[in-house]
Amino acid sequence: MSALLEQVLQVGFFAAAVRLAVPLMLGALGEVFAQRSGVMNLGIEGIMLLASMAGFTVAFFSGSLWLAVIAAAVTGLVLGLVMAFLCVLLGLDQTVAGIGVTMTASGLAYFSYRLIFGEGSIPPAVEPFRTVPIPGLSSIPLIGPVFFNQFALTYIAFMLVPLAAWILYRTPAGLALRTTGENPYAAASAGISVGWTRTRALMIGGTMAGLAGAYLNLAAFSSFSFGIVSGRGWICLALVALGRWNPWLVAAAALLFGAVDALQLRLQTSGAIDVPYQLMLMLPYVATLIAMILSSRNAHAPAALMMPYRSEER
Amino acid sequence: MHISFERRYESSVGFNLMLPLAAVIASLVLCSGLILLGGANPLSAYTIIAKTAFGGRFAITETLAKAAPMILTGLAAAIAFRARFWNIGGEGQLLLGAMAAAYVGALATLPAFSLIPLMIVLGAAGGALGAMLPAFLKARFKVDDVVSTLMLNFIILYVMLALLSGPWKDTATGWPDSPDILRAAEFPNLLRGTRLHLGVLIAGIASLGAWFLVRRTTLGFSIDAVGENPRAAHHAGHNVARVTMITAAISGAMAGLAGVGEVAGIQFQVMGSISPGYGYAGLVVAMLARLNPLGVVPAAIFLAAITAGADEMSRQTGVPVFLADVIQGVTLIAMLIALMFSTHRLRLGLSRKQTA
Amino acid sequence: MADGAPLLEMIRIDKRFGDVVANRAVDLTLREGEVLGLLGENGAGKTTLMNVLFGLYRPDAGEIRIRGKPVAIASPADAIAHGIGMVHQHAHVVERHTVAENLLVGWPGRGWGLDQAHVRQSLMRIGNAYGLTLAPDRRVVNLSVGEKQRLEIIKALYRGAHILILDEPTSVLTPQQSEGLFKAIRALTASGVGVVYISHKLNEVRAITHRIVVMRRGAAVANLDNDGTLTNRQLAELMCGHELNPARRAPRAPGAVRLDARELRLRPAEHGPDRTPINLQLRAGEIVGLAGVSGNGQTALAEALAGVSPVPGTIALDGKVVRDLCPRAMSALGLAYIPEDRLGAGLIASLPLASSLVLARVNQPPFSRFGLINWSAIRAFAKRQIDTYSIRPDNASIATGLFSGGNQQKAIVARELAFDPRVLIISQPTRGLDVSATEFVHGELMKLRDRGCAILLISDDLDEVLQLADRIVVLYDGELVLEALAERADRGAIGVAMTAGRPSVATAREELNT
Repeated sequence: MSALLEQVLQVGFFAAAVRLAVPLMLGALGEVFAQRSGVMNLGIEGIMLLASMAGFTVAFFSGSLWLAVIAAAVTGLVLGLVMAFLCVLLGLDQTVAGIGVTMTASGLAYFSYRLIFGEGSIPPAVEPFRTVPIPGLSSIPLIGPVFFNQFALTYIAFMLVPLAAWILYRTPAGLALRTTGENPYAAASAGISVGWTRTRALMIGGTMAGLAGAYLNLAAFSSFSFGIVSGRGWICLALVALGRWNPWLVAAAALLFGAVDALQLRLQTSGAIDVPYQLMLMLPYVATLIAMILSSRNAHAPAALMMPYRSEER
Repeated sequence: MHISFERRYESSVGFNLMLPLAAVIASLVLCSGLILLGGANPLSAYTIIAKTAFGGRFAITETLAKAAPMILTGLAAAIAFRARFWNIGGEGQLLLGAMAAAYVGALATLPAFSLIPLMIVLGAAGGALGAMLPAFLKARFKVDDVVSTLMLNFIILYVMLALLSGPWKDTATGWPDSPDILRAAEFPNLLRGTRLHLGVLIAGIASLGAWFLVRRTTLGFSIDAVGENPRAAHHAGHNVARVTMITAAISGAMAGLAGVGEVAGIQFQVMGSISPGYGYAGLVVAMLARLNPLGVVPAAIFLAAITAGADEMSRQTGVPVFLADVIQGVTLIAMLIALMFSTHRLRLGLSRKQTA
Repeated sequence: MADGAPLLEMIRIDKRFGDVVANRAVDLTLREGEVLGLLGENGAGKTTLMNVLFGLYRPDAGEIRIRGKPVAIASPADAIAHGIGMVHQHAHVVERHTVAENLLVGWPGRGWGLDQAHVRQSLMRIGNAYGLTLAPDRRVVNLSVGEKQRLEIIKALYRGAHILILDEPTSVLTPQQSEGLFKAIRALTASGVGVVYISHKLNEVRAITHRIVVMRRGAAVANLDNDGTLTNRQLAELMCGHELNPARRAPRAPGAVRLDARELRLRPAEHGPDRTPINLQLRAGEIVGLAGVSGNGQTALAEALAGVSPVPGTIALDGKVVRDLCPRAMSALGLAYIPEDRLGAGLIASLPLASSLVLARVNQPPFSRFGLINWSAIRAFAKRQIDTYSIRPDNASIATGLFSGGNQQKAIVARELAFDPRVLIISQPTRGLDVSATEFVHGELMKLRDRGCAILLISDDLDEVLQLADRIVVLYDGELVLEALAERADRGAIGVAMTAGRPSVATAREELNT
């Protein structure tokens, strides 16, 4: 047990936890916007994968990592619009539509990867982002290396948390978005376009899921693989509920899950306890399930979550 | 311009039968763009798929054998969705069934005649338990069933992989696959020289049984009532929690049977790749069948044909085999859109200026 | 009152939904400082017309003018910009937000921030001008129904409305609260606001309006000056197009106690003080009217009695205490329950009407044996009920949700009455029904009572309770606070009990609030 503690209580462990939390944080923050507006974006898993693939392709051929990030974000944005077309404009069942988008986007990611890179035995790789230590702050003991010697995308993710909270709680647009998710009829009678508000929310959600996908293979790992997302999108959905649809709490939940992920990686490589590594890989999913049991969904959920809105229905 | 939808009051039977067909055609047309990107002629690519799947007796039996697990996972999704229990966990429940079957099928201590019945019963029970857990979590803790069943898919997969690389590891070859099941545990073939095994028959019977359950029994009535309006069902004396649990058990058992069939009829052991996403394909099958247990059969055969033919198509044309995955996803979305037209009429209009 | 061009003119408005004509060449004029009553049965097209005015629906033809100028109203935002405000029947407010946040929604505030100071000032101003006050920081979830409606009116005024549409505003209010609303309306019209007042309640419409437009089947069939000579009968017959014969209550001695509920304790709201438990008896051949403002425990009491959500206490049917309280057991003992939320709790919108008609009895012969369904028995039963109660369209295979509200209510009455219940609990039997359907349902209830059924009639509509009930009880905050025989019932006393409970309770509460 002491060996286990030793593994955990290291600066490197906390830095890894933050690093692994970022894609969850980005994806879940985006999902907060979507769900606060009343749409559960179950397409997030596929969006992260296809965006990751798009980003990787652009990075591989252009050599520009930032161009790759933009490509991934745009891919996410477009898929967010697809979700909006299905769930907002057509008002389709959000569960089935989201799974359909995930299946399609995942299929497209596999298809285009094979089409572009063929079936080579050595996966192509790119030179990933390097960490950008923040002068001064990064030399603070413990906190410095954990929070201030990270990738630029990590800093962006952390800055997005207060930004998201500010937009949601302090701006007219955020109030309109929350109203749409609580009572679309109230929003409509206040002159707000429910459809456009939800579409915007899905665009934000898609873009942020795209950023999460880019982060996965441009910062966290250096190549694309079919299993690069492997359920992280679904975990984001659970984090949103665990964080009670509040950007600050959702970010904290993401950090917690980053730590779980870092822990299982540590345990796999350390051999500190004698358990097959597959059971370590299982840890984040078990943790998600437990988290969902602990955070009963209906208490804080937006009242109109998953309810389609059609204005001319009779 | 604006777009609006109006409730449709009645739609003809023919129109309703057309919908899945229209969805399939729309999906194939859309995906032909990908084939063009892959440098092949869509028409010839689809012809190769059709020939591989249906060209000759053997090809047809192979497609049917491939359709069997999709029929069962399709039934699993269809029955669960009727009760609005979002069981996306067909994949994991299939693996549970497969593991149970592989374990029982390799037990030399059991009398030979009991092996096949025991595999079927325990495989179904394994799948049932795998679906009842999320149903219980939903009823008791209001845990979202979509995400919990998805998480269980990962959890069950990793448990299986741990078993395969641990206690079940093949000591002779070192491969991560389970010991072969006994000869007596293998499903008999229905046609000599083919892989048309007992599991295909089971899938067909399951589809008839599910249809009977849905249309002719009070339980089926309760399932529909609970799915369409749980509050009204409760008011009318239907026990919502009990119906949901029973539905989950039936749904999981179907998926578990799919795993039994793969182990006892095709692979004779469990390995990491025992299911190439049959559980997820079941969702598409169910939607394409409009949750009708009889419709599940043609829907599963369609998807089986696509997956069976995609390999050959890829070999001949160089278009990546993952075309099949895209077709699945696009078909699901297309069907969802098509379904809307059975209840709504689309109205496009130019917004009128009211100024004179 | 400024003469010249009227405040609002709607000219030859047409609106169709598919094959259904909702509005046909409707003309409507509203002048400054005028209250215009808009009367009509359900489905006559009043709400559609107002939704067109508010930009929620697009008209197929016609023109809208404000102060003589033609305007295009394509969305609620346009309507608001033209000074039109709508107060919906069920308040369109966000429960989780504060009063101030509800006012700020959609208001194109200056810059990026939310202008809280402006909201506070406006609340003060509106409160001083019209007597409509609300504290800005209260969460809407804690407001009463009347206060939510006040919020809706304040919302419209805050956005500068000078044309106010009130859609059945008193359907959720007590007589005393309605009086307060009328006072506010008078203050508004005095300052030049024009009000369109939609209602079923003829007494009110005659009392508050200056002019009345009656709609029938999508068309405006009458435009009358309310000069004090109009009668309820005249208006009602204009609405439904034929003469009326309201149900009359014949005095009858009630029989033995059928349902005996003792010491029922409705779940207290979050650590509230203990309530006096409820004791209630229903006798054979008697209608007990349960009056009260909605939200005071009516649904909880009905669901407790029907076994849907049991509460502590005992319930006896025909003298025998029911041990296993659940909907199926109560139904087997002859208790029928018709909930107020018909599509939500009584019927299943997407299933065929035949299925909805046997929802609670599908497990019994002849509809099923040994778990196997007999569809031909179900269809035969559905056909019989459709014919007996003239449900339209007369096709049991059409999805329940596609029937009109009146026909759905007929269907649910048909279902529950088919098995001659010994006890009937019916909630809001005529809410949303038109005059003819109301007449039908009232008649059925009377027949059932005369056959010896014990009926608990729960209604927000005090007139309905007074018309039908033999005995009246009032529910306030989960307690029965008043019981009176119908002959001796005093409307005023009932109204007080509905709003304030027992005298002692009322004073205690007022002390808490001040």
